[in-house]
Amino acid sequence: MSTTALYNDQQGGAEAAVEAGQETTATISSGGAAFGLFSTDFKKNEDLKEMLESNKESLKLEAMKRIVQLISKGKNASDLFPAVVKNVASKNIELKKLVYVYLVRYAEEQQDLALLSISTFQRALKDPNQFIRASALRVLSSIRVPIIVPIMMLAIKEAASDLSPYVRKTSAHAIQKLYSLDADQKEHLIEVIEKLLKDKSTLVAGSVVVAFEEVCPDRIDLIHRNYRKLCNLLVDVEEWGQVVIINMLTRYARTQFTSPWKEDGIFDESEKAFYDSDSEEKQGQREAKPYIMDPDHRLLLRNTKPLLQSRNTAVVMAVAQLYWHLAPKHEVSIVTKSLVRLLRSHREVQYVVLQNIATMSIQRKGMFEPYMKSFYVRSTDATHIKTLKLEILTNLANEANISTILRGFQTYVKSQDKAFAAATIQAIGRCATNISEVTDTCLNGLVLLLSNRDETVVAESVVVIKKLLQTQPTQHCDIIKHMAKLFDNITVPMARASILWLMGEYCERVPKIAPDVLRKMAKTFTSEEDIVKLQTVNLAAKLYLTNSKQTKLLTQYILNLGKYDQNYDIRDRTRFIRQLIVPSEKSGALNKYARRILLASKPAPVLESAFKDRDRFQLGTLSHSLNIKTTGYQELSDWPATAPDPSVRNVEVIEPVQEWAPSLGKAKKPKSDKFYSDDEEDEKEEEGSGSGSEDDSSSSSSSSSSSGGSSEESGSASEEESSGDSEKTSSDSGKSSSGSEVSSSESESKQKKKKLTKKATPRKSKQTAADSDSDENGNGPVGKTSSSSAESSSDSESDSEEDSDSDSPAPQKKTVAKTKPKVEVKSKKEVSLLDLDDFSPAPPSAPKSSVFSSSLLSDLEGLSLSNVSSAMQVTSSSFGPVKTYELLHHMTGKGLSAKYHFPRQPCLYQPSMVAVQVILTNSSDHSLEEIHIGDRSPGSLNVHCFNTVERLEPGASVSVSMGIDFSDSTQAANFQLCTKEDQFSVSIQPAVGELLMPSTMKEPDFCSEQKKLMGMNETSATITMATANTSKQNISKQVLSVANVGVVSSDQNNLQRFSGRTVSSGALVLVTLELRESSTALLTINTEKTVMASMLLRDLKQALSQA
Amino acid sequence: MIHSLFLINASGDIFLEKHWKSVVSRSVCDYFFEAQERATEPENVPPVIPTPHHYLISVLRHRIYFVAVIQSEVPPLFVIEFLHRVVDTFQDYFGVCTEAAIKDNVVVVYELLEEMLDNGFPLATESNILKELIKPPTILRTMVNTITGSTNVGEQLPTGQLSVVPWRRTGVKYTNNEAYFDVVEEIDAIIDKSGSTITAEIQGVIDACVKLTGMPDLTLSFMNPRLLDDVSFHPCVRFKRWEAERILSFIPPDGNFRLLSYHVSSQNLVAIPVYVKHNITFREGSSQGRFDLTLGPKQTMGKAVESVLVSSQLPRGVLNANLNPSQGTYTFDPVTKLLTWDVGKINPQKLPSLKGTMNLQAGASKPDENPTINIQFKIQQMAISGLKVNRLDMYGEKYKPFKGIKYMTKAGKFQVRT
Repeated sequence: MSTTALYNDQQGGAEAAVEAGQETTATISSGGAAFGLFSTDFKKNEDLKEMLESNKESLKLEAMKRIVQLISKGKNASDLFPAVVKNVASKNIELKKLVYVYLVRYAEEQQDLALLSISTFQRALKDPNQFIRASALRVLSSIRVPIIVPIMMLAIKEAASDLSPYVRKTSAHAIQKLYSLDADQKEHLIEVIEKLLKDKSTLVAGSVVVAFEEVCPDRIDLIHRNYRKLCNLLVDVEEWGQVVIINMLTRYARTQFTSPWKEDGIFDESEKAFYDSDSEEKQGQREAKPYIMDPDHRLLLRNTKPLLQSRNTAVVMAVAQLYWHLAPKHEVSIVTKSLVRLLRSHREVQYVVLQNIATMSIQRKGMFEPYMKSFYVRSTDATHIKTLKLEILTNLANEANISTILRGFQTYVKSQDKAFAAATIQAIGRCATNISEVTDTCLNGLVLLLSNRDETVVAESVVVIKKLLQTQPTQHCDIIKHMAKLFDNITVPMARASILWLMGEYCERVPKIAPDVLRKMAKTFTSEEDIVKLQTVNLAAKLYLTNSKQTKLLTQYILNLGKYDQNYDIRDRTRFIRQLIVPSEKSGALNKYARRILLASKPAPVLESAFKDRDRFQLGTLSHSLNIKTTGYQELSDWPATAPDPSVRNVEVIEPVQEWAPSLGKAKKPKSDKFYSDDEEDEKEEEGSGSGSEDDSSSSSSSSSSSGGSSEESGSASEEESSGDSEKTSSDSGKSSSGSEVSSSESESKQKKKKLTKKATPRKSKQTAADSDSDENGNGPVGKTSSSSAESSSDSESDSEEDSDSDSPAPQKKTVAKTKPKVEVKSKKEVSLLDLDDFSPAPPSAPKSSVFSSSLLSDLEGLSLSNVSSAMQVTSSSFGPVKTYELLHHMTGKGLSAKYHFPRQPCLYQPSMVAVQVILTNSSDHSLEEIHIGDRSPGSLNVHCFNTVERLEPGASVSVSMGIDFSDSTQAANFQLCTKEDQFSVSIQPAVGELLMPSTMKEPDFCSEQKKLMGMNETSATITMATANTSKQNISKQVLSVANVGVVSSDQNNLQRFSGRTVSSGALVLVTLELRESSTALLTINTEKTVMASMLLRDLKQALSQA
Repeated sequence: MIHSLFLINASGDIFLEKHWKSVVSRSVCDYFFEAQERATEPENVPPVIPTPHHYLISVLRHRIYFVAVIQSEVPPLFVIEFLHRVVDTFQDYFGVCTEAAIKDNVVVVYELLEEMLDNGFPLATESNILKELIKPPTILRTMVNTITGSTNVGEQLPTGQLSVVPWRRTGVKYTNNEAYFDVVEEIDAIIDKSGSTITAEIQGVIDACVKLTGMPDLTLSFMNPRLLDDVSFHPCVRFKRWEAERILSFIPPDGNFRLLSYHVSSQNLVAIPVYVKHNITFREGSSQGRFDLTLGPKQTMGKAVESVLVSSQLPRGVLNANLNPSQGTYTFDPVTKLLTWDVGKINPQKLPSLKGTMNLQAGASKPDENPTINIQFKIQQMAISGLKVNRLDMYGEKYKPFKGIKYMTKAGKFQVRT
């Protein structure tokens, strides 16, 4: 590149050199206009400086724009550095950005001067605006000046714990920059990566995985605990992050799971059994099967599948390769359709996708065979696309479709694109060897091509025919003779050499022609290409051995010519052949075997695909595309023979859970007399501590329950009371005093849960930590089951108690009782416990009596709540009849019917779960046994199953409770309801309002929270309400029937406020209803979960407009 | 990831370079030029080229090569997809993506590239976010800027990136709220000599232009969603809803975007809307060839076939052609041997035809192959697959938007072998 050289000169040179260079540049540049531009630029370098030092922003900006133009052309503007760097603190955003561009480009060259700008960035890192912090970190980390490494390290560490996910994302990018600048920082950076990997924000996930791949791709152990989170977040991560995460997870999965490919057939069966609800025999087989896919393995496959629909081709390809490398063989084919779709995209995309399909189609013809038409070549395709399509068509060829393919090939051979035509001939050759039925047809076709006018076509045909004849040792004299005739007209060396070789090899079959060909060759020997000469020597030697009478002299002549050839290969070969075939005293023993050496039968060449060996590389990678190992390529490891311990991926450490169960028993007995205050302290302590504080929690919860008991002497509370809220503690302890200890253990688990929720909510800044905390609880199925089993084992009564608990009173009553307290809070917000009441609590003491009485009554009288106090009336009436949904009809369930409703109580099992009450009824005439929830797919929502119902008599019904973590989406939870004999697929779809839990707050708090959730977090609509709904009570009734929120008491008459949190992530949901004239109202919902907001808005609107 | 980007024009000049990590010398492009020389056609340059220390991944759009330099393993599609996204963004910003447009707006280009990648990893590629960061240049704004000295860079920092709907900018306001959807289907087909269809498939897209205030939540349902065999969505579409109900539910980005692209399976019978009668012959020994082409509509459900354009790459031996079109105009480029015939609208009563003779090089032998005929056409108000939008509803906002839907069928890669 002459221009480059010139630029370099300029850079190095003095002023004069610049002058000279400038003129040359000008002449090089094409237009006259450019000339003006260039010359002014250079003359104005001084002017630029002046402009930059002026006071006018517009002048500075103009100067920077010109400088950027220089940079974009690859010219040197480094002499302006001091003038530019002064403007780094400019207030003008565009100017600042351009200065950043300049800084990043030249800081490396002007390190000392670059340091001047550092303090500006350090200051900006503390800016209250997250975008300014982020951009400061971006630029700071892009300045490749080794001296600031410690500053960068510090900034990265700080940014990694920034509140803004955007800043954390930037810090993930900065990690790689720092690593490339100073690899010694690796250990520290890994710490930061470890921390960021735990981040729950989708914004961060992609970037941190990039950093992980760059800095420490071998530290697979860092992934374990984040594996499930990454799988679950994947769909919501931005598209570029998805690609990186999928590739990383592919590598991860290959080290952690066992191969799903072994004994594939058996697995096939089990898969069917998995989905097929009524295949008993297959179930039997499943028990015997040797391979069970790790649920985490399944989770990955399931969560990546929707991404096949991505518009980003790289994402689709990434998923495709993941399935190729990880999925059981019979599942891989789901990617086919999407890959074929990519062929509609740009030429470059086609190229890469076709390469990958080519590799895949070698191993798995069946995958692409139905889409064969998509690989038909179009005359407008670029040559490399055409050849790749040809490759794939050849791979797909079999007895059934070969005639179609060959017909296509006939068209392609005539193509004006000769390179493509030649490739087609090779493809025909491959088809001919692979499919014996068509070998003769192909051979004849190729022979016809020998008379083609185009030389490359003929040459290619000859080469292919040579190979074919070799694989077909039958008589093909005619073809050889025909080729000998054509020999004079063929000039392509490779083709000539091939014919000569054929002559030599089969010289005994064409005894008359071969010597004549040799004679012709002797004449032209000197003017031939090397490869032809070598074959001539070969032919001569072979003829000498078979037909020495006719060819002896010719051979000697050729050997003499060869002896003095310019090429040493030919000289060597000649010398060797001479020694071998011409008997002399020196040649010795080898001479006798000359015939056997030269005329040995040779193994036929195997015509294989050029993509045969590409499967050593991971699909979709650069290495695969180039078929060379690129720098930084991470080998995909083989499946481990035995899977490493899968429990490493359990986010919850198992031991504490096991401890927790026995501690229940212990905690029960002491019934310490601690009072509220202690218990709060405990909880506060725990806010800081992570998992493993289960002992604490159980003791604290037990203390709270006991304290509840002591504060509230009445032991008459009903069970419904206990199951819902903080009040239950008192009632529970009351109950436990009356004999049934189990309920207290149950309440403890609730307590514990409650506490977790508390932990999650009180401090915004702790949000993420708390989230991950709750996630820990939510994400470990093993831990979960063990905990539940521990529960049942530690206290055998608990099951029965649970059952009987929910059995006797109608579940509707429960919910009624439970929702009551929320409304009460409105009137009684001054109660002391309010600090703790982030989760649906009710003030424990004051309204209790009324609650008790009402609930007791409800217990006795069913749903009638007639003689409750007025405060209660509002509440109880505020919640209409519980909506019960059908889960399984008794017709489809073979007698088993199931209904469910949302009791709106905090879930026992995990705080992030929504409690669901399921009523199982046996309407058949025989008893049903072992009703339980079957295996769930790992990718589905996290579900806490109910304990197996051992036996259900005809006509009897039982109510069981389960917990489902809907992750704040209305996605349906699918699972299998199994009896001893059958399995039924069922699904629970929650209304959006059920994904909330009430949150109590005072009006000022509400207002301040609402202010934080303005802008796009606010959704509002004006609604027209049915006239019946205009009263305040009715409104809250309607709202509460739709959504599980708490009422915020307000002095304003025309305003009604409700607050709640999403169950899973604890995001605030604030509902405001502003009454306007003529039964219209403005309904506003403030929450980060905008999607939920719009759905909730819709539901509320509907409810309020109905009478 | 992506180290540097070079933009190279048709004549082989590097007219823009941008580095995201340390500077890579321009000389790395020499390897690209080598590959370019080896390739006979511009399209034949391999998209991935290895060099001793770097790898070059390039895309060719609008006669400009976008060459990305990378240093270590990265999925090639990742880079290719990104480069195409860059081109799309330029096109979105400047209307056209030409060397002149890029040179004129080099500062905006630089600002865009700076925002799109951080350390070689894509940062913001959503056009909605970028437009918040950097306002697209318009004539008016350029004038105002030069007078007042104000800038193209958005004063406000983007909020969209942080929200749950990163593709939509906040605070959108329109006086006329409107949402238009274009269902555009393309037929890819290969028709053989005898007129029978070798392969035909339909690829469709739904392009949307949504100008709605606030945060509208739209649902779009089809009369016959089963037709769609394979779909890919804009990230805004809720996949779960589609899986369950076959309804497109989404909070749209602001402005123009591609909502959906789909494929109607090749298993279905595809109605081919035009037929071609052709008679192209070269006689051995004579230096003349006959050319006879007639077009006619079929299976168009009464809709007119418009903007018909026939092109054909004639064999190299053809010197010139004396043809007589019954309608429209034709051109023959004696250098590239490309024959194009701009037919216009097909009148079913009077079928358009192109007849005449071709002159071959004296002494040249008869070409092996008859030329392939490529046809382009448009049919308005019809989606050839029969796909129909049922209804469009909006939630989350109070106003009544103006809704519109348009159907169109086009020829994609429509080839007739002769």
